[in-house]
Amino acid sequence: MLNALFSSRSFKHGVHPPDFKALTSGLPIRRLPFADKLIVPLSQHTGKPSIPLVKPGQEVVRGEPIAEADGFFSVPQHAPATGRIENIRLMPSARGPKIESIILQVYGGSTQQEMYEYRHDVDAMNTDEIIQAVQNSGMVGLGGAAFPTHVKMKPPPEHRVDTLVANGCECEPYLTCDHRIMLEQPDRLIKGIRLFMRALGVERAVIGVEDNKMDAVRVIQKHLEPNDTISVMDVPTKYPQGAEKMLIQSVLGRRVPPGQLPSSVGVGVFNVGTLAQSGELLPLGRGVIERVVTVSGPGVERPGNYLVPVGTPVRFLLEHAGTTADAKEVILGGPMMGMTVSALDVPVTKAMSGMVVFEHDQENHQGPELPCIRCGYCLSACPMQLNPSMLGMLATSSDYETMASDYHLNDCFECGSCTYVCPSNIPLVQYFRIAKSVNRDMAAKA
Amino acid sequence: MLNIVVAVGFMAGLGLILATVLVIANRRLFVYEDPKIDEVEDLLPHSNCGACGTAGCRVFAEKLVVGELQPGACTVNSAEMNQIIANYLGVELGSQEAQVARLACAGGSNVAQRYGDYRGVESCRAAALVAGGGKGCAWGCLGLADCERVCDFDAIIMDRHDLPQVIDDLCTACGDCVDICPRDLFSLQPASHRLWVACKNLEKGDLAEAECVVACNGCGRCAADAPGELVTMVNNLAVIDYSQNTHASRVAIERCPTGAIVWLEGGVHKGQEAVKIVRKEALPLK
Repeated sequence: MLNALFSSRSFKHGVHPPDFKALTSGLPIRRLPFADKLIVPLSQHTGKPSIPLVKPGQEVVRGEPIAEADGFFSVPQHAPATGRIENIRLMPSARGPKIESIILQVYGGSTQQEMYEYRHDVDAMNTDEIIQAVQNSGMVGLGGAAFPTHVKMKPPPEHRVDTLVANGCECEPYLTCDHRIMLEQPDRLIKGIRLFMRALGVERAVIGVEDNKMDAVRVIQKHLEPNDTISVMDVPTKYPQGAEKMLIQSVLGRRVPPGQLPSSVGVGVFNVGTLAQSGELLPLGRGVIERVVTVSGPGVERPGNYLVPVGTPVRFLLEHAGTTADAKEVILGGPMMGMTVSALDVPVTKAMSGMVVFEHDQENHQGPELPCIRCGYCLSACPMQLNPSMLGMLATSSDYETMASDYHLNDCFECGSCTYVCPSNIPLVQYFRIAKSVNRDMAAKA
Repeated sequence: MLNIVVAVGFMAGLGLILATVLVIANRRLFVYEDPKIDEVEDLLPHSNCGACGTAGCRVFAEKLVVGELQPGACTVNSAEMNQIIANYLGVELGSQEAQVARLACAGGSNVAQRYGDYRGVESCRAAALVAGGGKGCAWGCLGLADCERVCDFDAIIMDRHDLPQVIDDLCTACGDCVDICPRDLFSLQPASHRLWVACKNLEKGDLAEAECVVACNGCGRCAADAPGELVTMVNNLAVIDYSQNTHASRVAIERCPTGAIVWLEGGVHKGQEAVKIVRKEALPLK
C-alpha cells in the first residue's frame, strides 16, 4: 500500500506543456494523394547513406528497392510510387545540408498498386533472418530518431536483453500519429511486437502509453490474450515521457547509466509506429514507403493524421491540409524537439512524425533574453538531472570543454524542458546544441 | 612583565622554527627556471592566441629558450620585437610566412538568396543546426558573425551585406575563426596565395546561380585555361593546387562568368567577364 503511494511510476522532473492533441486525436488516418514528384533522400537515417540501384530515366514500380544499404549501419530505400526516376542529385533536406536524393516522377495514371513483394514465413525465421528482413525493409526508428531498427535488434554481446518496451507515449504536443496507429492497427502492432520479441529472444514486452490515451490502452488490451506475455501500462502524462531512458525508468524502474544503451539494463525500446509497420511489412517482404504524419497547429485549416508517401514535399502536404492566411512557421516533428524548416521543398522522411504550423502572432512569443536569476526551475525540469543553469553560464563564456567534462553535457538529449520553464527566456537548449556541435567539430579535427 | 616576555619569546621561537622550515624547503624543493624565459615572455605579445602552435606565450617562450622554435614563428609580434628576442637569445630570427584567414564565400545578403527568415539565437552555429539557417546556398556564409565575436584581434568585421571581412594586417592566423565557422568556410592561407576561389557551392550551372549570383557554377573555364594542374574541377567547384602557386596569375580570373574566382592583391579583383554587382540592399525572401 505504502509502496503504491510512494512509487510514482514515472521518472523525476519533466514538464507539463499543454498538449493540443484534441485537434487531431479523434481523426482517423487518411491517405494523401501522390505528389507529381517525390524526393527520396539517400540518407534519411543515422549512419551511412544508401547506394542508389537505379539510373535516371529508369521506370520503377511502387515498393521496388531503389537504393541498397551500404554496410550494416545503413538501410535500403524503396520506391514510394510507380513512376520514372528523373534524376539523382543534391536536394535540400530538412536539416539544412543538401543530400543526394532520388527524384521520382510519379505516373499520374498508374493504379499505384504495390507490385513488389517477397513473402516470408516469418514464423519459421530465426533471429538473424528476422534482423536481415528488418534491414531489408529499410526500417528506421519512426518516432523521430531515424536510427536503423535492425542495429538496435543486435545489442552488444555482453548485454542480455530480457524485456521489450514498445514506446507509445508520444509526449510531444500536437502529435497524434502513434495514438491513431495504436487505435486503428493494434493487430499489426501486436504482430510486430511478437516478431521482435522472437528476434530479441525476450519473454516479456510492455507497451508504455501515456495516460491521456486510455482509449488506446483499452483497444490494445482487447487484442491481448489472457495471461499474455505482452502487457500495456499507462504511465503519467509528462514531457519527455517518450524519451527512451525516461520510459524505461517509468515502466520498469530501471535506470540506464549515463552514456549507455538501453540494452545495458536489458531493455530494447521500439516506437509503436516502427513495430506496427514491421508487423505489416515483414511477412510481405516489403519496404517502408509511407508513414503516418500528423499535420496540426493553429496555422492548419484541416488538421489530421495523413498516410503520406515518403518523399512527398512538405509544400504538397501543406497544400492538401490547407494553411491559414497567417501561417508563418512550419516545424517538422513536434514543437518541443522538432525542427523549423527554411524551405518548403524538403521531403517527408521516414522519421518525420508530424508537422506543426504556427501563425504570425505566435512566433517569438518569448520576450528578450534576460540574465539568469538562479531560480533553479531548469534544475527541477531536467529529466536527466543535469544543471542547465550552470551549463548555460558556461556556454555564455564559450567554455564548451568544461560543459562536457564536468557537467555531463553529452547526457543532455535536447528535450528543451529547461528552455520551456526558464522565466528569463534563456534559450538554454540552443546553447547546448551549439556547444555540442562545437565539441563534435573539435573532436573530429583532433 | 613576565607575560610579555613569554609572549615575545614564544612568537620569536615560532618564527625561528617556521623560518628554518622555509629555508630547508627552499633548498630542497627549488626548481631551477631559466630567467631568460621570463624575459622572453615579457617581449612576447601576451595574446595567448596559439598561432605559433603552442598552448600560449609562456610555452612558446620556454620553447624559444631551449631552441625548439624560432622567434619568427610568432606572427602576432612585430618584426622588430621578434628581432629583439632573436638578438637577446643569440639565435636566428627564423621566419614563418605570414598567414591570413580567408573566407571561401562571397555570398552577401545582396547576392545570395534566402528562403527563410531565421529568428533565434544570434549565432551561425545555432542557425546551421536549424534547417541550415534559411540561406539558399547550403554551403555559404550565414552572416551571424560567430567569427567576428570569436576573433580576439578585431581582425574580422561584418560588412553591410553580413559578410565577414578579414583585415589582413590585424589577422594573426590564430585559427579561432577556422574552428568556429559551422560551414568550414575559413582557412589559413599564406599571404602569397593571391588566387582564391571564394565559393564552396557544389551545385552546377543555373542551380548554383539561382542560389547566389557570385557562386562558382562549375563551368570549368578557369581550369581549362590554367597552366598545368593549377586549377582543377572537383565536384563542380574550382580547386586551386597551391603547390603550383608559382604559375598563378590573373589569367585564371579573367574568364570566370560569376567572379567566384578572385585575385587578392590590395583588395579583391575580379575578371573582366564577371557579373557586375550593383545591388546594395539585401535580396527579399524567396
